[in-house]
Formats: sequence, structure tokens, C-alpha cells
Amino acid sequence: MSLLLRGGRVIDPANNLDAVQDVLLAHGKIERLGRSLEAPEGTEVVDASGKIVCPGFIDMHVHLREPGYEYKETVATGTRAAAAGGFTAVCCMANTNPVNDNGAVTDYILAKARAEGAVRVYPIGAVTRGLRGEELAELAELAESGCVAFSDDGRCVMNAGLYRRAMEYTLPFGAPLISHAEDSTLSRGASMNEGVVSTETGIPGQPAAAEDVMVARDILLAELTGAHVHIAHVSTVGAVRLVRDAKARGVRVTAEVTPHHLVLTEDAVRTWDPNTKMAPPLRTKRDVEALIEALADGTVDCIATDHAPHALSEKEGEFDRAAFGVVGLETAVAVLLDRLVRPGLLPLATLVARWSRDPARLLNLPGGSLAAGAPADITILDPDAESTIDPSRFRSRSRNTPFGGWTLRGGPWMTIVGGKAVRP
Amino acid sequence: MGWTRKDLLTMRDLEAGEIVLLVDTAASLQEIAGREIKKVPALRGKTVVNLFYESSTRTRTSFEIAGKWLSADVINFSASVSSTSKGESFVDTAKNIAAMSPDVVVVRHSSAGAAELLARQLPCSIVNAGDGAHEHPTQALLDLLTIREKKGHFEGLHVAIVGDIAHSRVARSNIHGMRKLGMTVTVAGPPTLIPPFVQELGAKVSYRLEDAIGDVDVIMMLRLQQERMTEGLIPSLREYSRFWGLTLDRLAKHARPDVLIMHPGPVNRGVELSPEVADGPYSVILDQVSRGVAVRMGVLLLLAGRKGGDGA
Repeated sequence: MSLLLRGGRVIDPANNLDAVQDVLLAHGKIERLGRSLEAPEGTEVVDASGKIVCPGFIDMHVHLREPGYEYKETVATGTRAAAAGGFTAVCCMANTNPVNDNGAVTDYILAKARAEGAVRVYPIGAVTRGLRGEELAELAELAESGCVAFSDDGRCVMNAGLYRRAMEYTLPFGAPLISHAEDSTLSRGASMNEGVVSTETGIPGQPAAAEDVMVARDILLAELTGAHVHIAHVSTVGAVRLVRDAKARGVRVTAEVTPHHLVLTEDAVRTWDPNTKMAPPLRTKRDVEALIEALADGTVDCIATDHAPHALSEKEGEFDRAAFGVVGLETAVAVLLDRLVRPGLLPLATLVARWSRDPARLLNLPGGSLAAGAPADITILDPDAESTIDPSRFRSRSRNTPFGGWTLRGGPWMTIVGGKAVRP
Repeated sequence: MGWTRKDLLTMRDLEAGEIVLLVDTAASLQEIAGREIKKVPALRGKTVVNLFYESSTRTRTSFEIAGKWLSADVINFSASVSSTSKGESFVDTAKNIAAMSPDVVVVRHSSAGAAELLARQLPCSIVNAGDGAHEHPTQALLDLLTIREKKGHFEGLHVAIVGDIAHSRVARSNIHGMRKLGMTVTVAGPPTLIPPFVQELGAKVSYRLEDAIGDVDVIMMLRLQQERMTEGLIPSLREYSRFWGLTLDRLAKHARPDVLIMHPGPVNRGVELSPEVADGPYSVILDQVSRGVAVRMGVLLLLAGRKGGDGA
């Protein structure tokens, strides 16, 4: 019933805590924190010395593919991948088949999650029916059914008038719109960033402006309506600048960044590996530097993987015909601990905040804090674990990672959901 | 210098010495075209597969003749990407062809990187006969052979490549090849048809035909695809032809008297080239086509004959 995490370094940004403490979990809640806590009768004790104990990591942008694309991923395999990667909760995008644009689909996903999920699942509802960008989905019913945000992710709602109405209509629900900011007239036919690598390889590219134009539009619409707009997977220096300026003006805009956009550039596409193809595309070194800075200073609020599983047959052929997207749940934490935290580019406490406190705040989710009474969702990191990424061992049903073979130091060690260690 | 590569995929990968070896080999094979009996036994018992995912008369025929003159067995496999996307994938098709143990596969495909993909999957030699807007190395080699025959050397020559540079694999392969051989390359066209950062490839850029063609040794005109209008890259063929079409009048006014006019074909007569220029005294367009067979013989010979590389 209860679990005592003994002697770990506890980092709890929501409560400004960074100290060696014991954490006692009971009845699915955080019972208390302190030094040398007594273990009540029947408590399982975990020796966490040398480990880092954090509020459970929340990945607010994943694709679980169920219903409809179970050959890529299911709620069961995707949430096991999440647990293996150190996540206690995921928010799943609406581009399933059928699309999650009505309460029945939301109910189905939640029922699957209750029956087979290894971590908490929060569905995100579609903004428009069928993701077609033509008419609003039944947004009130989606909110009532448990959707925590609205997004046509994978597509951009190109109709500004309709998007404005979506912002207004959802104002009472306290759930943000999540924008996949990509002007499709600027990105049509593109498989990568437009720049020196696209010119050399002849792969059609899309300019950074395809993203920036839409980020600017969404900020202006948020300003007009007072709605909260969250920009998914920002990838450009321009988008970062727009979000920073808008926040300074008091606009309700937030943003996330993916691990791959933080550590890879368009140079990776020179390998022709379709696992370097995603939307938005990998950009330039200048963009990467701006993203890291923005994540550190809070312009970018959180890290999200955009875990996008695809079958091998969709990711092994011609680059321009391959599907967009990469998996991320099982590599994200290790990649960023090794490539951002270890070299000193991002403080560890900031990484923890951007993956727990901040997404919880943004979506009004339980969790993100180790205060007494909070859900006993905990991510424990091992800062010294050495690992080599081996996609054949993923819990995810798909293997489409650009990080295969990377050797990394630091990674998830234990994932606790509702007071119970998840063994995926 | 000997040939050691399994595949010919790009000009970008080659060293200057390798390019010269390819051109020299092709030059030495040219005389076969003039023989009574156009057949040498060099590749007897070797199998060459032409795997063409895009329609091409000239390049496929050129490879086929090259293989046949060298006594290889040449098989043509034409597939359309649309039909294969419903059934067998490119990778699966490739594996099936590999299972028939060819020595060389010549591949043309609308996707950049397709030849490289095949080269990684198959143990036999791969020749890139054009992959999307990426590269078309045998076209660059036949252009180089033609230029050397007419001008006697490479070093110091200045070439203007005019037209749809953004979508041209011929332009990319030529820029790489020519730069490695000490030539200067200027690319010219309306800005919508010039790819960003093309200077990083070593080319100069001009947005006026009259400027681009003055003081160059070679003018290479590229074919303008009709789709560029519907994509909004140019307003009309009429306007393109008016500002970017090469006419005798423009040549006389702006170009050197000894300039060579080249075109990878097929020519849009009256669009990028006026008929008088295409058929005129400056034009070496048909020389390019005949050099193409020699170049492809040379490539097949070097690839199928490389050390440890025979597929027997």
C-alpha cells in the first residue's frame, strides 16, 4: 500500500525543493517528505541514494495511434513505452481513425487506458471535424468527456476565421488550443527544412517562415480572443522570438519543444535516413541554439516528444515518400540528460520543471508536484546509467528513431504511477 | 588512378582524378560508335538492369546501347511509382531484382536519394541515372566530355547554366563536377527557380540572361517543365521565353563568338531555346547525345570491371 523512497536527491520545482530527502507514498498520494522518515508497517522501501527523485514526467504531445492505426502503436504499447521512458502521464493527439472529434472516441480511448494503460492518459480532442479544418468539432462534449486540450495536430487549421471561433468557443473550458503551426501553402511538397542541405540534396524544403507566419497569426488571434494558445513543437529562432515578445505583452501563449529539435539539425538529413524526417523539420544550428536558450529562460514552457510511431514499411524507403515523425518516449529523457544537462546547457532542475510542473500547470493536470496530497506519480532518474539506444528493445510497437546506436549517460530509473512502480 | 567504387551515385562524392578517369575512359571508347561491327566483348556474361521509375527515352536508350555494345545482357525494367505505391515498394522491388544477381543496376527515380538507398540495399553496382532533383552524374560526365573535346581543357573555363536550377539534377551534378575541375559556374534564372544557398555549392548567381551569357565559354540551357507555371514559379511560358529564351539575336549581341550551346534535352523549342539556336552552329546538343553512349560504356566498364567487383 505504501512505498518509501529512501535517500534520493529530490527535485521538486513546484515547491522550490532540491535536497536529499525521503519520500513516503501512501494510498496513491504523496504522504510526506523529510529526512530519515520512518517506514510504517508493511511499507516497501526503495534505496534511491544516488538517484534523482522528481514529480512524474508528463509528455503532453504523443500519438498513441489507437483507434485505427494499431499496427503503429496502441494505448497498451504506447503507455508501456512511456513508463519505460520515465513518463507517468501522456496526452494523446486526436489524429486517430476515427478522429477523436467526438465524445464516443474520447470515451473509447479512456476505456482502453483504464483497461490496458501503464500510465495516465489524457486525450486531446480535435478542433475541427475530421481534422478537415472546415467546421468545429463538438468541442464542449469533448471537454466534458475528458479532453484536456484541442488540436488538429499533424495539420494546421489554415482558416483563420474558423480558428478564431474555436478560440472563443473553448474559452469557458479552460483548455488550450494546441497549434501545429505550419502554413501549408509554404510547406506544400516539402520533406525537410529549406536551406543549404535541401539545395544540395534536391529534397524539397519548407522555409522557417512556414512556421513563423502561423505562430504570428495564432498569437494575434490569442490576443484578439483572450484564449490560451499553446504552440506545439516550436523549431525556429523566429517562432521563439515571436513567443517571447508575445509573452512580454501578456498574451496567453505557451510553447513546447521536442528533444529532436533540441539536439539535431538539418545536417542529419544528409544520411537520407527517413528517421530524420518530421514536421516541423530539423532546422539549423542557429535554431537549435535559440531553442535551448528559450527552454532555459522559460520562453518555451515545456518539453514534449511528439512521439509519432510509424511502421518500418512507412519509414524505410524513399525520403520524400516516407511518413513524417519519430518515436521519442523511450529516448527523450536519456538524450536530454546526456546532451543538454551533462554539458551544462540546461540546469537539471529546469529540465525537471519543463517536464513536470510546467505541463501540469499549462493543462490543469493533477501532478507536477511532490506536495503532500498530490498524486503519487514519480519519475526517478539515474544520472550515471550508461545506455546505448537499441530500437529492437523498445516497448513501443514502432522503431522509427533517429537516435539508434547513441550511447548516453543518465536516464530514467523508475516510474511510479499512483504510488505503484510500473514495470513495463 | 584506378576505379575502386562499387557505385556511381553523385558527382559530389568524386575526386577530380576520378572524374578525369571516367571522361578519359569514355573518350577511349568513342571509336566503337564508328565501327562496322559495334560490339566488344568486355562485359560478356554480365547483366545490366535498367530500373526506370520515371519515363526517359534518351537516358534509358543510351544505357541500353552502351551495355549492348559492351556485350552485356541488358534488361529494361520500367515501373511507375504510382503503380508500385499500390503494391510493391521500391525497396521490395530492389530486393527482388537483387535476387536475380545482376552485376549493375542503373536506376532512375523521382525521389532524391533513391540511388543511394538502392546502393545500401544491394550488393551489385548502382549507377544513378537521375534521382529527383539531386544528381545525374552520367549527364554531367557527358557534358564534360563534350566540353573537353570542343575546348581542349577544363581549367579556367566559365559555364553559365540557365533556367530551372531549383529542380535540376543536371545543374547540381554539373556544378559539383565543374568546380572540382577548376571551372567557374554561374547559374541564372528568375529568383523563383534558383535554390537558396546555391552559392554554398560554389556557383555564382545571375538574375539576367544578358549578364549571365556574356563572357562565358559554355551556355547550358535547362528544360523548363510546364508544371512551374501552375506552381506559381513563373507567370507564363510566354514571359519566360521572352526574358529567358536564348535566341540568335541575344547570342549575337551578348555572347562570345566561340560559345558552345548545350542542353540536356529534351528541348522545349521556342521556350528556352529558339529553333535557330538549337540547330545552329553554336549548338553541340547532338554531340552530347552521342558522347552519352561513350560515357555510359565507360561507367559500366569501370564499375563491372573493378577489382574484386565482378559478379561472376
